Amino acid sequence: MSTTSAPAAPIDLQLCPRMAKMFKLQWEDVQQSWVLLYPEGMVKLNGSAGEIMKRLDGQTNVAALIAALEHDFATPDLSADVLDFLRIAQGQGWVKL
Amino acid sequence: MGQAMSASDVSSSALPATSVNPIGPPFWLLAEITYKCPLHCVFCYNPVDFAQAGPELSTDDWLLVLREARAAGSVQCGFSGGEPLVRDDLEVLVAEAHRLGFYTNLLTSGVGLTEARAATLEAAGLDHIQLSFQDSTKELNDFLTHTKTFDLKRKTAAIIKAHGWPMVMNCVIHRLNIDYIEQIIDLAVELGAEYLELANSQYYSWAQLNRDHLLPSREQLERAERITNDYRARLGDTLKIFFVVPDYYETRPKKCMNGWGNVFLTVTPEGLALPCHTAKMLKDITFPNVREMSIYDIWYQSDAFNRYRGNAWMKEPCRTCPDQEKDHGGCRCQAHMLSGDAANADPVCDKSPEHHRVLTAVAYAQIPDDQRTMIKPLVFRDAMRSHQLSNPVLK
Repeated sequence: MSTTSAPAAPIDLQLCPRMAKMFKLQWEDVQQSWVLLYPEGMVKLNGSAGEIMKRLDGQTNVAALIAALEHDFATPDLSADVLDFLRIAQGQGWVKL
Repeated sequence: MGQAMSASDVSSSALPATSVNPIGPPFWLLAEITYKCPLHCVFCYNPVDFAQAGPELSTDDWLLVLREARAAGSVQCGFSGGEPLVRDDLEVLVAEAHRLGFYTNLLTSGVGLTEARAATLEAAGLDHIQLSFQDSTKELNDFLTHTKTFDLKRKTAAIIKAHGWPMVMNCVIHRLNIDYIEQIIDLAVELGAEYLELANSQYYSWAQLNRDHLLPSREQLERAERITNDYRARLGDTLKIFFVVPDYYETRPKKCMNGWGNVFLTVTPEGLALPCHTAKMLKDITFPNVREMSIYDIWYQSDAFNRYRGNAWMKEPCRTCPDQEKDHGGCRCQAHMLSGDAANADPVCDKSPEHHRVLTAVAYAQIPDDQRTMIKPLVFRDAMRSHQLSNPVLK
C-alpha cells in the first residue's frame, strides 16, 4: 500500500466516527493483538490502531477521542496521528464518519 | 510535516508464517459439515468419491473441533459442505462458534434458508452469509431465462437483507456461463449484493472431470474482464466485484491456501483434517481424524500438516527458484493431478517441465464449441455417480 501524498479533506472534529457495519473488532489472545474481522477476512491492527478502533462507539466525537487518548496514554499532541489513522481507516472502509 | 501513514503501517493482513518464521495459528477453519447436497453442480470440488466417506461427525464432535480450533487461535469459521443447511444442528454449531468468539460465515446455495432458519441463525449470532447462485449447470439456461429459480434466489436474498447480513454473492464462472456475465452482474445488482465474487472454476474433483466443458477461451475471458471493468466503473462502491481468473491462464501458480498448513484448516464431514478441500486425493499421506487427535496436535505435530511446510521438500525448479516464497511452487494437488507427484512444481508455472499439460488444455479451450469433436458428456455431481466413479467396473 503506497503512502498518501495528496492533502486529504480535513476531518470535522465534531463528527462521531463509528466502525462500518460489516466489521467486527476484537482482541485476539493467541495473536496478542486487536484484529478487524469481515466476511472471510482478517486485518491485524498494530497497537495504536487497535487503541483508536476500540474507542469508536459512534457517540464520541473526534476531538473527544483525541483528548481521551492523550489522557489515557499521558501523551500530548496525538491529533495528527489520530487524524492520519482515521483517514486511512475511512479509506479502507473500516470507519464511517 | 511527517510522512503520512499508510494502511500497511497500521495493519497487516492475516499473517502467514514463512519458512523462516515458526508456524502461525490455523486462522481459518472450514467446517465441511456434510457432503449431502440438493444440487448437482458440475464444478463441485467435493471429492469424486464423497459417497464412500465414513460416518459424519456428530454434533458433539463438531463442538469439540470448534473449541479446540478456537483455543489454537482460529478466528474465521466457515460452515460449508455439501449444503450445510442440510444439517439441522447447524444453528447449534453456529451458536457455539459465536460464543467462542469466531467470526462465522455460512457458505450456502440458500436452498433450505427459510425465514424461520434465518431467524434462528441470526439469533445464534451468524455474522455473514455467502450466497452462491447459478449453482448448477443443469439449470443454466433455465436460471437465466425462467423466473421460477430466479424468484427463489430473489426471496433468499430478501431474507438475507431483512436480517441485516451483508449480501455477499458468489458465482462460479465457467465456459457455459461466462458469456452471460452481464446478466449475472445485473442479477447481483438487483438482489442488492454488496460483494460479488465471480470465481472462475478451478479444476479439481468434479470440475476436473468436466474440465474441457468448463475452461473458457482466452477471448471469453478477456470479454468477461472487460465487461466486469465496465460495471466496476459504473457501479463504483455500490457493488464490489472480485473477478478470479482461472490459473491455467497464468504463467506463475497461485500461492495455494497461502501455503500448505499455513493459515487454513479444513475438517471434512467424516472428520479428516486437511490443509485444503482436496488434499485427500494425495493417497500417500495419512490425514489425521479429529476424533483421534486434537486440533493443536494435528496442526503443529502431524506428519500430514508438516509434509509440505518449509522448502526442504521442494524439487527443482522450485528448490532454487527466486519466487519460492511468493507462491511455494503452487498447488500440491494440482501438481499431483497433472504431473503425478505432489512435490513437483505446479504445472501452471511455465518453469515446470510439465507446463505443456496446461498448455494443451488451454489450446483445446480455444476451439469453438461447434468445431469440437465429441467429448465426454458433462458429469453431474450426485451420490450414485460418486459410487460408480469410485468403483470402476473391470471388463
